[in-house]
Amino acid sequence: MKNNLQFDFLVDKEKNAITIRREFLAKRQLVWDAYTKSEILDQWFAPQPLTTKTKSMDFREGGHWLYAMVEPEGKEYWGRLDYVKIQPLENYTALDGFCDENGNLNMQLPRANWSVTFQDFDQNSLVLSVITYQSLSDLETVIQMGLKEGLTSTLERLDDLLITLKK
Amino acid sequence: MKLRRDPFQAIADPTRRAILVLLASQAMTAGAIADNFAAARPTISKHIQILSECELIESNQQGREISYQIKIDKMKEIDKWLEQFRKIWESRFSQLDNVLLAIQKGKK
Repeated sequence: MKNNLQFDFLVDKEKNAITIRREFLAKRQLVWDAYTKSEILDQWFAPQPLTTKTKSMDFREGGHWLYAMVEPEGKEYWGRLDYVKIQPLENYTALDGFCDENGNLNMQLPRANWSVTFQDFDQNSLVLSVITYQSLSDLETVIQMGLKEGLTSTLERLDDLLITLKK
Repeated sequence: MKLRRDPFQAIADPTRRAILVLLASQAMTAGAIADNFAAARPTISKHIQILSECELIESNQQGREISYQIKIDKMKEIDKWLEQFRKIWESRFSQLDNVLLAIQKGKK
């Protein structure tokens, strides 16, 4: 099913920021839930063939979501998203990072700042995500790491690279 | 300036981006590049050096003159990383579409 949902992907190389705007065929409340409740996040966050597994979710300022993206063969990639500021149904900001299964952050790897804003858009919703890296080369590091992990590098299986992005 | 080669950092500077735009149409000598800017020549030379170190441009010795030209491959590489990132989000969103649809159907 191909529908004409708005999708913008803008890169500001000067500010090391990536802006992603996407329309969803649902009310804002539901889309907010989909982004902030682990039982729904588990159903979409990791693209196929990976699955998402939540270890703990503490959606409040200062809390974090600890999860893994799991390969079909069982290999796990752990990540955590630390929530900084939350304005229910409007916006949240967070800091993402790689970690182990106990949530110990790997400080060697790049972290990115997320700002996710939710808006009504006619009968639908619009989600604006601004992802800011210290440097866009951090993004290169993150993706390259995926290649080093032995994941396929062919464009057809790009989804696999997502593992290392662990968002 | 950091010592590591960081093409993203290199293109974050407006003067360096302007140099890349100039070189996009033709190869030029350092002097010809500098003529396009108000900045002092050593400043422009420094920018050219950084772009070379990041392998975004390359130099060609032609007789006494050194001309610079853009390295298309490297520029494409940067876009490739970004394109991969875009595809990752596209894929993720299309799954979210299905989840949202399923939840709304379940409610009806």
